[in-house]
This record gives sequence, structure tokens and C-alpha cells, in this order.
Amino acid sequence: MTRRRALGLALEILVPVLILIAWQLWTAHAHTFKFPRLSTILVDFRHEYLFAKFGSDVIPSLERIFAGFGIATVAGVALGVPLGMSTTLRRFAIPHVEYWRAMPPPALLPISIILLHSIQNRQKIAFIAFFCLFPVLLNTMDAVRAIDPTLIDTARSYRVPWHQRILRLVLPSALPQIIAGMRNSLALAVIMMVLSEYWSSSSGVGYQLLISKNTFQFGPMWAAIILIGLLGYLLNVLFVLFEHRVLAWHRGWRAATPQ
Amino acid sequence: MLAPEQLADATGSGALAAAPAPRFRVSPAGVLIPTVSVAASLGLWELISRTNTISQHDLPAMSTSFSALWTLVQTGAFWTAFARTVRGWALGLAIATALAVPIGIVLGSFDLAGRAFRVPIEFLRPIPSAVLIPVLFLTLGTNLKSEVFLATFGAFWPLLVQTMYGVRDVDPLALDTGRSFGLSALERLTRITLPSCVPYIATGVRISSTVSLILAFTAELFMGIPGLGQKVNFASSFGQTDQVFAYAIAVGFLGLAIHLLFSALERRALRWHPSQRRGTS
Repeated sequence: MTRRRALGLALEILVPVLILIAWQLWTAHAHTFKFPRLSTILVDFRHEYLFAKFGSDVIPSLERIFAGFGIATVAGVALGVPLGMSTTLRRFAIPHVEYWRAMPPPALLPISIILLHSIQNRQKIAFIAFFCLFPVLLNTMDAVRAIDPTLIDTARSYRVPWHQRILRLVLPSALPQIIAGMRNSLALAVIMMVLSEYWSSSSGVGYQLLISKNTFQFGPMWAAIILIGLLGYLLNVLFVLFEHRVLAWHRGWRAATPQ
Repeated sequence: MLAPEQLADATGSGALAAAPAPRFRVSPAGVLIPTVSVAASLGLWELISRTNTISQHDLPAMSTSFSALWTLVQTGAFWTAFARTVRGWALGLAIATALAVPIGIVLGSFDLAGRAFRVPIEFLRPIPSAVLIPVLFLTLGTNLKSEVFLATFGAFWPLLVQTMYGVRDVDPLALDTGRSFGLSALERLTRITLPSCVPYIATGVRISSTVSLILAFTAELFMGIPGLGQKVNFASSFGQTDQVFAYAIAVGFLGLAIHLLFSALERRALRWHPSQRRGTS
């Protein structure tokens, strides 16, 4: 069994390394300018993003991601709690929520530019926030709906005021699922950042991707692709760590509850 | 692309926890209130535009947008574009399913295979598929192949991960029982593993159906591949704002139709599942 586990670990490390080596060897032999060598890409990556264009392009992209994600989270929870608690409000909102969540985001790129008269942060953040809203909103709504009605009734019969009920009962009960929604939103925020910057902008990693492609600088283009991949990966890792901390009480509670 | 909703289920109660429930039951109020709500918001849109609260140049009135859509749907060009988008979506979803389900079953069944590809999958999954657009420009070109590749790439990951989770969740007792009754590996696959996975795969297909449409449309919009996305691109380049809105409305309805269809399919697949579980344990 231990031999098997050691083999598993070895494979886990070896396979990614082999893939990278294969990429390097293939690009070295292919001699095509569209696929520069992996080593060339990494040199370009260091040259471009460590840290020449970090302040001018990476930071603005991160700002847009976090601003849009932050607005979406606050709005999603603020809307999701009342929608989860009231059937009437939910019936009122459902057609809109279902329609907009199913809308392919790029369809609204031109509209967001026309309506906001901007291709700067205002339009980018609004676009990111709009589409990141739905995972948080839907998860909050469903989580609030799923709270045991006995708990709410008990709190009510003990005359716990409504704002205390929301703060101490509804939000903590819904938190695990809200955070699940936030994780989806964060992944979505990276995608929306790339789409909106690639469509029209004057800074950001999506803009660098577009410019390097249009000027046939394929090393920097691949470097931008790797950067965006790393960004998506690292933000997800950071969020998992955050989730682990915030939900520590929840895991302890679940572990103590007999299933 | 989109992280699978089910994986993000922090409650740890398994990949099926976030299955969508019907959000309202049919009752007089359940029909009336949504209808009033839609009518009110359409009216508000008309009002905002007609009173020039937002200039009509930027926000064409609701009636203008819908009449532009009405004019469009009477043209053959609209339906050709529509059919092309649907074709890109369907091919992307079909190819992704054909690839992700078998690969997911292999990676889910064999622990070593799963571990070997864990890191590449974890790294590739969160990458926004849109970054591949420049590469597709250079390699496959502005044609259906690029569109289908992009849609397939995006739709592949949620399906793969869902299938892997589904296979790992198969009741080991059922597999052992099958083995001791002398079922061959193939029979165990078709009679135990696959049926147990169906709900997970259905959830994956629902998520991927949306992702595939988004990416088919994205490819058309950004790369100028014929379809609704290309039409939006043209309309926006020529400043035909009413058409930009009309196409957005149409794409929204296409997305809604796909979402409702696959949610219904998923509910069907799930209805079967709990009863089966109760029977075996």
C-alpha cells in the first residue's frame, strides 16, 4: 500500500514535468514562429511581467477583478437574503434572474460600452460585477430558503428582533453556500476581466494579450496566456485558503455531528 | 471556464447538493406576480428611454428594440446566423461529452491515473477559455473549427470533473457484490458504474451546455465567425444600437431555452437517483 502511495506521488509530480518537457522539445523541433519554445516564453514572461508591466497592466486587471467581485458579493448577499425569505419577492425577481443568468456575457459587451460611455474601469467593473452577481445571488437565495423554519420560528417566538435574526441566524446558516457562490464568482471575474479587456481597453493583461497577438509578438502573447492562467489558478488557491479559515467552525460542527 | 457549481459546494455534502430545485410552484400568484414583474420592467425600460432619462441613442426604447428583433426574425439571414450558433453550441457540447465522460470514468476508476493528471487538470480547469482566442486565430483560423474547439474546451472541464466525482461516489458494496456474482469488468461498468454516475453527468451536461453556448457565441463575436456573435459585432461596429439590443435579446432567449431544457433533463436524472440509493443501502 505504501509502495502504491509512493508511486501515486511520483506520478503526480512526474506527469506535469513530462508534459512541460514534451512542450519544450516539441516547440524546439517544430520551428514554427506561432509556437515559440517554452524557454523563450518564460524569458518573455520574466521580461514583460516581472515586473516591467506589472504596475501598468497586472495591477489594473486585479483592481477590476476585485472591485467587480466585491460589488457582486455585497449586492448578491443583500439581494439574496430578502429574496430567500419572501416568496412574493422571489416570484417578482425570478423571471429577471433566470433571464440574465442565462445571457451569454459577451452579448452585453457592446451594450455596456454604449450605456456607460466608457471603456475604462467604470465599464469593466460594472460588466464584471453584473455577471459575478448571479452565483452569489442564487446561492444566497437557495441557502436562505433552506434554513430550518423551526429555527426562524423559535427566534421569532423569543422575540429576537429581525436584524438580529438576519445577522445571527440567517447569514451564518447561509454562509457556507454563500462562500461556494463567491468561489464561482471569483473564477467568473477572471473570465469577465479577460473578455472585457480583450474587447476594448487601453490597459490590463487582456489588452496585452490582444496587442501582442495583433503585433505578431508570439512570445509575449504566450506569456500573457500563461499569466492569465496563473492568475486564475492562484486566485482560486487563495480563495480556498480563505474559505478554509472562514468556515473552520462549520467543519468542526459537521465533524461533531453524527451523519 | 465556469467552475462547476457542485464542486464549490462548501458544505461538503457531495456533488449533488446544489441540484437546482424548481424555484416556484405553479399557482395563481406564481403566474401573476412574475407576469406583472416582467410587464413592469418592460414598461420602465420604455419610459426611461422615451423620456430621454437615458438618451434614446444609447438605450433604444423597448418597443424599438423588439420591433428591430421582429424585423430581424422575418429575415433568412437571422435564422442562418441562429442556426450557425446553435450548430457550434451543439457540436461543442457533443464532442465535450464524448471526450469527458470516458476520460472521466478512466480517471475516476483508476486511482493512479487520477493522481497522475490531478495537477494538469487543476491547472487547466480554471484557465479562462477566452485566452485561447488569439491562438485559434493563428492555428485553426476564423471558421467553425475554432468555434467548436473553443466550445469543446470550455465544456470539457465541468463534465470531466463531474464524471470523476460520480465514478468515485459509486457504492463500493454494489461493485463488490457485482464482482462476487461474477460480473465482468464491462458488465460492472455498464450496469453499476454508469447508471450511478448518470445524475452527476446530467449536472455536468447542464453546466457545460451553458458554457458551450457562451464560448460558441464568444468565438463568433471576437473572431468574426458567422453566427449571432458576428451579427452583434457588425451591428455594434455600424452603430446600429437597436440591432445590438435585438440580437442580445435573442441570444438571451436562446440561453434561457438551453438552461431550462437541461435543468429539466437534470431533474429527471436526479429523480431516479435517491430512490435507487435508498434501495441499495
